[in-house]
Amino acid sequence: MHIVVCIKQVPDTSDVKINPETNTLIREGVVSIINPFDENAVEAALVLKEKLGAKVTVMTMGPPQAESALRETIALGVDDVVLLSDRAFAGSDTWATSYALGKGIAHLEERPDLILFGKQAIDGDTAQVGPGVAEFLNLPIITYVRKVEVEGQLAKVERVFEDGYERMEAELPLVLTVLKEMNVPRMASLRGRMKAKKAEIKKWTAAEIGADPENTGLAGSPTKVVKIFSPPKKVGGIKIEGTAALDAARTVVGKLKEQKVI
Amino acid sequence: MFEMDYGFSESQIEIRDMVREFAQERVKPVRAELDENEEFPREILTELGKMDLMGLYIPEEYGGFGCESSLDFILAIEELSRVCIGVSVSYAANALGADPIIIGASDEQKKKYLPSLASGEKLAAFALTEPNAGSDAGGIATTARKVGDKYILNGTKQWITNGGEADVYTVLAVTNKAKGPRGVSCFIVEKDTPGFHFGKKEKKLGIRASATRELIFEDCEVPAENLIGREGIGFMLAMKTFDVSRPGIAAQGVGLAQGALDEAVQYARTRVQFGKPIAANQGLRWMLADMAVKVETARAMVYATARHADKHMKNMSKFSAMCKLYATDVSMSVTTDAVQVLGGYGFMREYPVEKMMRDAKILQIYEGTNQIQREVISHALVKEYASL
Repeated sequence: MHIVVCIKQVPDTSDVKINPETNTLIREGVVSIINPFDENAVEAALVLKEKLGAKVTVMTMGPPQAESALRETIALGVDDVVLLSDRAFAGSDTWATSYALGKGIAHLEERPDLILFGKQAIDGDTAQVGPGVAEFLNLPIITYVRKVEVEGQLAKVERVFEDGYERMEAELPLVLTVLKEMNVPRMASLRGRMKAKKAEIKKWTAAEIGADPENTGLAGSPTKVVKIFSPPKKVGGIKIEGTAALDAARTVVGKLKEQKVI
Repeated sequence: MFEMDYGFSESQIEIRDMVREFAQERVKPVRAELDENEEFPREILTELGKMDLMGLYIPEEYGGFGCESSLDFILAIEELSRVCIGVSVSYAANALGADPIIIGASDEQKKKYLPSLASGEKLAAFALTEPNAGSDAGGIATTARKVGDKYILNGTKQWITNGGEADVYTVLAVTNKAKGPRGVSCFIVEKDTPGFHFGKKEKKLGIRASATRELIFEDCEVPAENLIGREGIGFMLAMKTFDVSRPGIAAQGVGLAQGALDEAVQYARTRVQFGKPIAANQGLRWMLADMAVKVETARAMVYATARHADKHMKNMSKFSAMCKLYATDVSMSVTTDAVQVLGGYGFMREYPVEKMMRDAKILQIYEGTNQIQREVISHALVKEYASL
């Protein structure tokens, strides 16, 4: 069995600052981490590997420094990693990212039986890339999975909603996006960490994976971001104090009428 | 935070960083609960095993990581101790239990016992102390009588760290009373051996996550092949074990004191009284300075001793004793000051420093009281000067 996990390196949002003038993320001095949901996806793959004996490949698209995220996964025990890195990928939206990852996965020597994603990335929060890749590869997808078991060519999963969950079965090959409650990601062993320091990282360019320049990067991205901004902080509001309830209600109604709310 | 550059190796930096992260993520959130419930940190130790940290000091050929320097292990203990020494003692006591095997056991014994200790699958404990043999380790009353191809053990061990939780025990017992300390031998005793029982779990002032129990031997039959080395070297093995383990206790002291300093400085920066942070008061700030100096000097001493041990195993009792004495006294004083800095909050269980202060006390007592350390140091001094 071959499991591919796609991960994203993101800024540690517990530490995020926005430049008030440009309304963009200040990246200087911000620590990069593996998107936490993707850590759950990697853990899910490693658990399946331990149970069933699988090969686990981790892939990411990103700038050269995304290599450090891949090294972290080597330390955790994955077998192979691929970094899709090329200037041509810069500025990709979720569509172009899905396209590039789809091309990257198709370029792997061994076809994957299972492709795992975290449910979404904590920086963009779109949850679109997993489903996007499934579309490009023409594979079935189950999102928001909290449990997966594989028996032969059959995957049994639990898909979670706000008010309950579904038990589903699907044949491999299959794409899943996983939730935090799926597992607790392990911490890397010392041997793993030492190995990861020295590991060679496979890097593929857009040309190598046969990505069409028209579909990659900014040029291939149908989404145009007009503006990013922090919503203005709510101001205090008005407190009506020291009056009887009826008087207070009348004052409120008066104010609302004044504002033409009612 | 700026840290002194002690010229660590690549693996030492990895160990420090990974244990620091582990302690923050896995130990810190549960330490108060483990303390309150006096709960043994079994899951934490299992995870440390999976991370190769239980076998740091065990040679590679016996399944361990086989670290190059004893400083590697010291760093792991220090970082765990910065968050909880109840956990770090449960971790370090495995080394104490395993050390007599590493130092004196046969290849066959090592192959049998070390791999499962290295993986964390099994835990170890060291059993020397008895009701009447604490500082006076020569007063051991537990006996081992040889009958055929077995030894029969009788007696009671007291306050054994990891007692009841560990699977493998290295136990000191008298094989020849007439010979005094030279009549003591060291045995490997497995948990489920008939005649081997555990007493009650002790209720303690501090390090409450750790398990401390009595070991009771009643006609406990141990195969003769479980004798480590030969008869009569038990006391020597114990002393050698202490030589290597005392810097570990010192590392607990450094880590614990650092943890208390971290809390004290953070609190002093943010606690406002009389319209300004209490760190704006020189009297209090100088207290923090003194605490920091003590922690750093103790740290430097522990690291230096660990590096000395790498090269001069045979000649380290004095330095081992010095760093244990100093770092644990520092720990008591710094944790006490940290409670003072936090004032009333420091005395409350919602804040971690009261636990740190309770925990610190044992460091001055176990693995040789600090009075015994002064004995070791002063005897060595007098002896050295006599031979000038």
